[in-house]
Amino acid sequence: MIEARGLTKRYPTALAVDDLTFTVQPGLVTGFLGPNGAGKSTTMRLVLGLDRPTAGSVTVGGRRFADHRYPMYEVGALLDAGAIHPGRKAREHLWGLAQSNRIPRTRVDEVLGIVGLDDVAGRRIGTFSLGMRQRLGIAAALLGDPQVLMFDEPVNGLDPEGIVWIRTLFRALANEGRTVFVSSHLMSEMSLTADHVIVIGRGRLIADAPMRELLVRGAASVSVRSPDAARFMPLLVDAGGRVEPGRDGSLTVTDLTSEVIGALAARHGVVLHELTTQSASLEETFFELTNDSVDFHGEVATTRSMP
Amino acid sequence: MSTAIDTRDTPTAGALTPVLRSEATKLRTVRSTVWTLVATVVATVGIGTLLSLARVSRWDQLSLRERLSIDPTAISLRGVFLAQLAIGVLGVLVISAEYTTGMIRTTLTAVPHRRMLLFAKAGVFTVVAFVVSTIAAFIAFFAGQSVLAGKNADVALSDPGVLRAVLGAGVYLTLIGLLGLALATLLRRTAGAIATLFGLVLVLPALVDALPSPWNTDVGKLLPINAGRAMFTVRPNSNLLSPGGGLVALLVTVGVVFVLAVVAIERRDA
Repeated sequence: MIEARGLTKRYPTALAVDDLTFTVQPGLVTGFLGPNGAGKSTTMRLVLGLDRPTAGSVTVGGRRFADHRYPMYEVGALLDAGAIHPGRKAREHLWGLAQSNRIPRTRVDEVLGIVGLDDVAGRRIGTFSLGMRQRLGIAAALLGDPQVLMFDEPVNGLDPEGIVWIRTLFRALANEGRTVFVSSHLMSEMSLTADHVIVIGRGRLIADAPMRELLVRGAASVSVRSPDAARFMPLLVDAGGRVEPGRDGSLTVTDLTSEVIGALAARHGVVLHELTTQSASLEETFFELTNDSVDFHGEVATTRSMP
Repeated sequence: MSTAIDTRDTPTAGALTPVLRSEATKLRTVRSTVWTLVATVVATVGIGTLLSLARVSRWDQLSLRERLSIDPTAISLRGVFLAQLAIGVLGVLVISAEYTTGMIRTTLTAVPHRRMLLFAKAGVFTVVAFVVSTIAAFIAFFAGQSVLAGKNADVALSDPGVLRAVLGAGVYLTLIGLLGLALATLLRRTAGAIATLFGLVLVLPALVDALPSPWNTDVGKLLPINAGRAMFTVRPNSNLLSPGGGLVALLVTVGVVFVLAVVAIERRDA
């Protein structure tokens, strides 16, 4: 569990984090969303005690990060895959880190296996691709088998196979009851990974809600293609949807979720050729959220107070 | 795997051991460590031997007064002036490489207790630098004396002040490296720290020398390089402090910069 209370970081030129209060719960993958420069990395640095907060506090597992004697057993973090000495060999790099927390040598080979770097463990890190460095950083984060894991933009630089792998890993870690906190500036990526999202913009909290809620809210448009479009359109309107027929015969439906539309089609025996939640609208939601922070802040707060 | 370990304790002195082990591994596993240490030994031994050879080859042309005024120990240890560049660079790299590569952020997520981290780095470096520098000083001494023996100009390790001078050379090199480490902690840049270190060691003496007498010698004595010369010179020299005085002057200089480094690493964002 990560708990931030009134967390604030003011740099000489900018207010990077502005009175953030949030809790990251165990057993879930929590996405940390915001445009570039929103303060995500700074917040993560504050969690790890790399930067000192101007005001407020943040604890991991109930105490300040720096108060953990062997923090790698508590928190595993990957902030920057490049923050590594390129001259060291991968296994040596991990062994040096492991020793500082009395982690046994066997664990180094274990984590190298988990991330699939066993074959290149004897190579200098300088020869690694960005994707391999990401994997090495994840290996380092897993060394202490910690309850809390934190990753800053972990998908960057990974190939499609790596992206699937990392999503599966996050899911597995959360299913084991761990706290998984993952930042991204891509809403679509988070929609595939996260159970819960914390959205910030210009250092301020914009939304703190289950992913499902944001998806419903954001997925205002569903693309429907049907040979019975003419019959289906009034049914959709009756159900409360707004329907816009497209030039290619498809319908763009807003204010109804794909689930509701699918059920409606089934009930009336309408054949569907396509039923797609427009992924672009996710990015639009995010864009709206981060641009129009004040409005949405109130809305989400209301939603959350409902049972 | 973590069952036997109490992670709830706040950091104490007992926690230093794993950090020392970690830093020893980190020092061992970068190539620059090997190169700078090899350079330290080669410079100390090579220059000492060459200068001894030069002295012997010109021996027959030297006047009696010149022959009597030479300090065979100091000649054989003169390579320290070059070796301090190598060991100083290693001292700088021990911490500046962490900052320039960003590794410091990974390191601090494993060891958030910054003062302990700095002490562990300094501790490991001190042991390695002292062992290598002292071995280099002994080799240089024996090599130099065996050359000077050709003209019966050599001294023995058991002669007054000689063993102290050879050990003094090892201590001097170690302290110059530590000064580099402390400066690099303050400046967080490799080039800046190396420039500052050699500004202090090599350039500042030339500037102080331009001061009017007696300031030039009074202040000059306290500078690292002259404090070092006092430590590895056997023949008394009125422009230098006593060997013990030289050691104290150098320890004070290194100590002050190190205290500033501790304050800086604890207070700054990483």
